[in-house]
Amino acid sequence: MAEKVIECRELTKQFGDFIAVNKISFDVMKGEIFGFLGANGAGKTTAMRILCGLSYPSSGTAAVAGFDVYKQQESIKRNIGYMSQKFSLYENLTVTENIEFFGGVYGLPMQEIRRRSNDLIRTLGLTAEAKKLVGALPLGWKQKLAFSVAIFHRPRIVFLDEPTGGVDPVTRRQFWDMIYEAAASGITIFVTTHYMDEAEYCNRVTVMVDGKVEALDTPARLKQQYQADNMDEVFYRLARGAKRSAD
Amino acid sequence: MKQLLVFIRKEFYHVFRDRRTLLIMFGLPVAQIVLFGFALTSEVKNISLIIIDQARDVNSQELTGKIKSSAYFITDESVTDYNDIEKAFKQGTARCALIIPAGFGNDLLHGGSAPVQILTDGSDPNTAKTVVNYLTSIMTGYQQELSKTPPLRYLIQPELRMLYNEEGNGSLNFIPGVMALVLMIVCTALTSVSVVREKELGTMEILLVSPFRPLLVLVAKAIPYLVLSLANFLLILFLSVFVLDVTVKGSILLLVAESMLFITTCLSFGLMISNTTNSQQTALLLSMMGMMLPTMIFTGFMFPLENMPVPFQVISNIVPARWYFLIIKAVMLKGLGFGYVWKETLVLTGMMLATLGIALKNFKTRLS
Repeated sequence: MAEKVIECRELTKQFGDFIAVNKISFDVMKGEIFGFLGANGAGKTTAMRILCGLSYPSSGTAAVAGFDVYKQQESIKRNIGYMSQKFSLYENLTVTENIEFFGGVYGLPMQEIRRRSNDLIRTLGLTAEAKKLVGALPLGWKQKLAFSVAIFHRPRIVFLDEPTGGVDPVTRRQFWDMIYEAAASGITIFVTTHYMDEAEYCNRVTVMVDGKVEALDTPARLKQQYQADNMDEVFYRLARGAKRSAD
Repeated sequence: MKQLLVFIRKEFYHVFRDRRTLLIMFGLPVAQIVLFGFALTSEVKNISLIIIDQARDVNSQELTGKIKSSAYFITDESVTDYNDIEKAFKQGTARCALIIPAGFGNDLLHGGSAPVQILTDGSDPNTAKTVVNYLTSIMTGYQQELSKTPPLRYLIQPELRMLYNEEGNGSLNFIPGVMALVLMIVCTALTSVSVVREKELGTMEILLVSPFRPLLVLVAKAIPYLVLSLANFLLILFLSVFVLDVTVKGSILLLVAESMLFITTCLSFGLMISNTTNSQQTALLLSMMGMMLPTMIFTGFMFPLENMPVPFQVISNIVPARWYFLIIKAVMLKGLGFGYVWKETLVLTGMMLATLGIALKNFKTRLS
């Protein structure tokens, strides 16, 4: 049995009368690509915020990288990376400055940052652009760079919140290659997405409906269970029952 | 600590790469100093004055000579018809007229008094009053000159002195005002925008997910603006001394210390604003409307506070710039020490702590 990096038990978040996340339970294994699906307003982001140490749950328990979400938020933050749906680098900083800044924020020593930064720029093929402002790069490159920066401090888990929004299919494909590579190096990937073809790339997928986890399995088995040809259909069948309207 | 330095360095990159911000930051004080110093003076100079001298005797010539030689008036003697005066007023070619009736010298020397008429364009009452004051003082001067030989027995000769500003330099009053205004704009607007920009771009989320302490985000944001504002303050001081000939009477050290206090207050206001909004435009608008306007109106450097209705005077007490203005005036122009401004300093410190407290508290609660 692989090591569990995220353990969620009956995790609940309530805002007044509104139960955003309703007793969700799941485990995520080390090196797994874990897809987190759900319509807008299903509670994905709230759940993710709790797991990232940005917000406290109302009840239930959860541990991320072995740290408790109630008491050890600081330790959680040191062990995770995060990339949001919004583009998350500084446009008026150069590629190198962005990398050095985020490396510095995670407290890496400067020599280490320099070394890793050089390696990264070479791997991404950005040597010529290293001194250019990030704002001048094409969106696809920015996105790849943002992902690389999110895992720059070698976190145990990286949370990706709809990372491929607005990116062309070719770049998305390349982006997923990077995700696979990161997963192969032992980083656990927790990803939310709207693209159902991306859901197929995940090792396991949860579908959240109205704050609850309605389904959790491999894409293949989910398709079998719901007698669907693709994840799109699976998602549609599950989400159709939603009572909450999208926000 | 090292993390903080990395962050501050990043903030400096932001500031120095944003040409517009830099322009606002350092262009604003220069523009304000030039505007207030040269364009918007409260002194009235070069007023066009029509003189109709119907007497044309020695005394009337002497009097008009005195008026002509003063720097306040540009005289026009081409008008001879009384009715043309109003025409000139309507066209705006003249704002006042002096009519010396025939027999002026004779009346003055033998009759003991001689009437003259002064007409002014009352549509601008301030200028009109000033003009009348100038003219009467010139005439009084002339009167005294004439009386020298047979001295008047009961002549009251008021000797006027404008304390702290002997030359009547109009720059003195507004420089502390400009300081308050510029620091307010730079600190409040730019700080709030710089925090909100991170929210708008989504980088704030990344920072909050990182182990970087949220409180330090605010500190790191504030420090570059603190440094730049101080540079700004010194720039204004430099311009005042070397361009507008203002002498700094008090201790520069005290001035800098008080300015630091005011800058910190403004930064706290900026941070507070940034907590309440998620868009850069709103932040900018809030700091402009919420800070700049009250600063201009309620500080007392443009409109005297004493003349305002009591409710407005009460409101003016919550405007931090008002207290800073008082401190700077006292220290810079009157040369007073800390002993005279400790009350104002205390009020400002209180405001700073309160806003900083609110800003920090709100920033924290936003996380959960």
